[in-house]
Amino acid sequence: MTGVLEVEAVSAGYGPVPVLRDVTFAVPAGTIAAVLGANGAGKTTLLRTLSGLLRPAGGRVRFDGADLRGVRVERLVRRGLAHVPEGRGVVAELTVEENLRLGGLWRSDRADARRAQDEVYELFPALARRRRHAGHQLSGGERQMLALGRALIARPRLLLLDEPSLGLAPKVTAQIMALLRRLCDDRGLTVLLVEQNVRSALSVADQGVVMSLGRVVTAAPAARLRDDDQLRHAYLGF
Amino acid sequence: MDRFLFLTFGGLSTGAVYAAFALALVLIWRAARVVNFAQGAMAVATAYVGYAVASATGSYWVGLGAAVLAGLLLGALVERVLMRFVGHANPLNEVIVALGLVLLIQAVLGMVFGNGYRPAAAPFDTDALTLGGVAALSPYDLWVLGAVLVVVVLLALLFTRTPIGLRMRAAAFAPEVSRLLGVDVSRMLTLGWALAAAVGALAGMLVVPTGLGLHPHAMDLVFVVAFTAAVVGGLDSPAGAVVGGLLVGLILSYVTGYLGPDTTPLAVLVLLLAVLLVRPGGLFSSARARHV
Ligand SMILES: Nc1ncnc2c1ncn2[C@@H]1O[C@H](COP(=O)(O)OP(=O)(O)OP(=O)(O)O)[C@@H](O)[C@H]1O
Ligand SMILES: [Mg+2]
Repeated sequence: MTGVLEVEAVSAGYGPVPVLRDVTFAVPAGTIAAVLGANGAGKTTLLRTLSGLLRPAGGRVRFDGADLRGVRVERLVRRGLAHVPEGRGVVAELTVEENLRLGGLWRSDRADARRAQDEVYELFPALARRRRHAGHQLSGGERQMLALGRALIARPRLLLLDEPSLGLAPKVTAQIMALLRRLCDDRGLTVLLVEQNVRSALSVADQGVVMSLGRVVTAAPAARLRDDDQLRHAYLGF
Repeated sequence: MDRFLFLTFGGLSTGAVYAAFALALVLIWRAARVVNFAQGAMAVATAYVGYAVASATGSYWVGLGAAVLAGLLLGALVERVLMRFVGHANPLNEVIVALGLVLLIQAVLGMVFGNGYRPAAAPFDTDALTLGGVAALSPYDLWVLGAVLVVVVLLALLFTRTPIGLRMRAAAFAPEVSRLLGVDVSRMLTLGWALAAAVGALAGMLVVPTGLGLHPHAMDLVFVVAFTAAVVGGLDSPAGAVVGGLLVGLILSYVTGYLGPDTTPLAVLVLLLAVLLVRPGGLFSSARARHV
């Protein structure tokens, strides 16, 4: 069981004009790749294309060597791919508990789904205290925790995260980053992490994929992007 | 006073049918954001099937089962071959397609069964029992109330207590997120239509023997009343549909009883307008925002 993601020459968009052009990179199994870039660079579009919500106009996406084109979105979670979408991942009308249950409904191993749910409550005690609250009653940070926790219930091998730190207190962000690192090291989870918070993303990632105007402008080891002043200045602007 | 009680009981019983019918509308609205203007015609079609089977087998109950089954199939069919392909760009699209479906169903029914009126037998006595000198509910009224109550309870259990109910709610509220979590949203939509049409079929079977009889236009007014009930309760609220149905049933019973049957259609219209003007979201509208 590996979890390697390969993106080859992918182009995609919302209309005739492509947003993503010729995007190519790979994420080795058990590693974290941080996708960085300015607003509108195409990060969200990339994740939506990988999880099949958007049909790519061209190129190939392979997960564990299998082509993901033509696989229906609702089947992907069964293959080990979980996508936490930007902003509104929580179903506002359902309770915290129902949101979590929803994340494990497809699993045939009921006992493990149950166990995974308890783990989420342990990980985020704030959620445990609000089991019966509806999604729309949660704070922004609690929603992020819920969306991430719900994805973990699938026990994914590849996790696509779209700005998980948005609205989170620095302490919780650090906790989540540490959790991701642990899951990669212990369970071989592969993570594609879209982040505005460049420093915190590069502190945990193995690789940085920098996007601009729908293209990958550089893909380099995170340590290099972090420490090489010239590189960092050229691509990340600080 | 006796008359008031009599009208109250009668209103509750017809109100129960409106409630079931309104519930069917609410189910589709919640699942697909479509007001199914073909609900009445679909219910008539299934009632024809029900009574055909009942007369062939000699059993009302087999006929009732057949009608509900026909409702499930017809609902799924309408969604799969028709509604699925209607664009959402303009909300009128679905209305126009639904009205077209009404014409189609009524034409087919006319061709197959004829346009004439057919009496429909009730499985129980429809004469009111007298309780302490007051004419109260008939055995048939009791059956109607009981059947609707059972359906309401079963639906509530389905949606709040079962995995499939959770999937259906999630798919309706957040289709994209649900798909990412492995929910087959398209199947849930079909199921929602099937379920709603089955509830509509039951409501049709319940209302037809109460003097309506069976003909292709049997449900035209019933549909308008049920739509009013759904709007009164709030299209988004199953509980609202039930309360709205009973309330509208009561109001119309009093209007018909005290002012005469000619005023009934007018009363429906006034009620609908009043709700739309005063509280367009319905009595049970929830103020919480979806997009937060
Ligand atoms: N639904 C849509 N329809 C049309 N164009 C879109 C749509 N969503 C995004 N775009 C366009 O695609 C481009 C990339 O958007 P995308 O959301 O992928 O950016 P992003 O890198 O995620 O930005 P941010 O950091 O602000 O989240 C933008 O120019 C945007 O205008
Ligand atoms: Mg984005």
